[in-house]
Amino acid sequence: MDYLTILQILDSALRLATPLLFACLAGLFSERAGIFDIGLEGKMLMAAFFSAATAYSTGSVWLGLLAGIAGSLVLSGIHGLASITFRGNQLISGVAINFLASGLTVLIGLSWFKLGGQTPALQGDARFQGLDLPFAEALSGVPVFGPLYSEVLSGHTILVYVALLCVPLTWYVLFRTRFGLRLRAVGENPAAVDTAGISVVGLRYAAVAICGVLCGLAGAYLATGLGASFVKEMTAGRGYIALAALIFAKWRPWYALYATFLFGLLEAISNRYPSLDLGFVTLPSQFMQALPYILTVVILAGFVGKATPPRAGGEPYVKER
Amino acid sequence: MEQLPKWADLVVVPLVGLILAFILSMLMVFATGHDPMEALKLMVSGALGSTYGWGYTLYYATNFIFTGLAVAVAFHASLFNIGGEGQAAIGGLGVALVCLFIPWPHWTIALLAATAAAGLFGALWALIPAYLQAKRGSHIVITTIMFNFIAASLLNYVLVNQLRPKGAMDPATAKFPEPSHLPSLGEILNSVGIPFAKGTPANVTLLVALAACVFVYFLIWRTRLGYQLRAFGKSQPAAVYAGINPVKITIITMMISGALAGLMAINNVMGEAERLILGSVEGAGFIGIAVALMGRSHPIGILFSALLFGALYQGGAELGLWTSIPRELVIVIQALVILFTGALDNMVRLMVAKVLIRPKRAEA
Repeated sequence: MDYLTILQILDSALRLATPLLFACLAGLFSERAGIFDIGLEGKMLMAAFFSAATAYSTGSVWLGLLAGIAGSLVLSGIHGLASITFRGNQLISGVAINFLASGLTVLIGLSWFKLGGQTPALQGDARFQGLDLPFAEALSGVPVFGPLYSEVLSGHTILVYVALLCVPLTWYVLFRTRFGLRLRAVGENPAAVDTAGISVVGLRYAAVAICGVLCGLAGAYLATGLGASFVKEMTAGRGYIALAALIFAKWRPWYALYATFLFGLLEAISNRYPSLDLGFVTLPSQFMQALPYILTVVILAGFVGKATPPRAGGEPYVKER
Repeated sequence: MEQLPKWADLVVVPLVGLILAFILSMLMVFATGHDPMEALKLMVSGALGSTYGWGYTLYYATNFIFTGLAVAVAFHASLFNIGGEGQAAIGGLGVALVCLFIPWPHWTIALLAATAAAGLFGALWALIPAYLQAKRGSHIVITTIMFNFIAASLLNYVLVNQLRPKGAMDPATAKFPEPSHLPSLGEILNSVGIPFAKGTPANVTLLVALAACVFVYFLIWRTRLGYQLRAFGKSQPAAVYAGINPVKITIITMMISGALAGLMAINNVMGEAERLILGSVEGAGFIGIAVALMGRSHPIGILFSALLFGALYQGGAELGLWTSIPRELVIVIQALVILFTGALDNMVRLMVAKVLIRPKRAEA
């Protein structure tokens, strides 16, 4: 394996890690506020569909992005209603949202485009185009670092850079602002927050809404950045993998970046080598496809040390029990 | 909030949830430019209007009874098994191995062996997530979902590289030998003089499913294990204090749940396809969640809601056949049923309570 191959794999790892990173940060906000969200998958799928459909009909990828975020926010609203207002089971609500998205996207897709549940291919301004970072061309001649800069870091769509920027932003919001402190408190001890006269319900809805926006970005990137159309079930378990990455990252933003990049790398490797010859044994393609899922199980099994979730996670808050 | 009478809690609340789900789905049908009443009529007549329709409805219902019971048993112990899909697929592998490689003299013996194999394989597939949950605390919802994906890959590998007959293109096993053919419901009913459409997939497995309902009832409410399981589900610290081993209960519950999901394979693999194909579960594992929620995790409730979803599934297939409404409509209905009877249960309860309790107070 030469240097160029490694660079190409890293490049595709970064692209594949982006939707996972958005979704992982989305889950981070929600779970830090005490709301479990199995429905990341469904929200991404919904956003992917509405962004592709709108981008195709209007020819503008930015309108598509907004539509994607709106679609994801609607599902967030349902999740908030079920798990905050009506204190229902958050897992069941998430499962319902995933099925709702998987059924609705095909139902609406068929009725709008009649392409077996897909949207037509997106071209030109209906897609996010790659951006060349400054000096990418000039620096490509510099040994080792040059190709790394121009091949791996440069040339991605804007959403990739937005995702990377979201990491320090999330850190800042959660750990350096009053809002962040309150949000984390509501996930650890909502009663204390309530006693301080701050609305638990309001904070949790805010967290769920941020989660919806980030899932919207993840889905829009899948359909209009990474791919060039919406395809049935195109999220392919990424929402769940993001949740596993979140646990792996112990609910911290910077670790989320590393964890999602690892999953991105794994997907890039299994895309590049449909079956991997390790010298003594050849791994079949089916194994390579299952690799991210197997790694998820391994990570969840806690071979990475103890991860402590937010204490009030998954429990509806009842005033004055 | 005031307590609802038990009958309202068990019957009225799920029914109202169901009606809400239907109203919303029909609005969606209307929004995509179709006539909802026409669609509803087609679904009902397609599913229940002929013995042909019933033959399919009962076949699907058999699948959903198994997967619904699987989810319900886990629910009683406060475990959420979303892995029914994978457990049923691996159960299918067990059935295929038993039917392909052992020459059975008669279908009754083959059925017994296949039942054992399907249950065993399903249980084993649930064992790893159960162990990881009990011992390592990994979230069972995520691990069981991951095991669905892994099961699909594993099955793909086994079918393509091992079980596919020489020269065949599609990833599927050879047809099972004739003696393992299960009599269909049509064959049984016709032999006693009751006319029933031939060539429909409902088969003798329906009786196994009914037996499974009885089994689950006795297990949950009439055995020591069932008591421990429910105690564990109500309060883990209390159960541990009472001397119930949480690791043991988690693993046993999940294995029973996995076995029930695996049993579905005797219906779809042995009874219908008579060979193992890729993706034979067709989402029945997930529908089990809706069935269990709607049926309030009770075998009788599950029986009725499985029948309902069987009809829905068959009706949806008819819609896909005769109109341009895709059968994915069923997934939307299923999602809404999960939403209204599961997650938004408290909302529906509040609505029912308003109607039921207010007037009484006015009288007094």
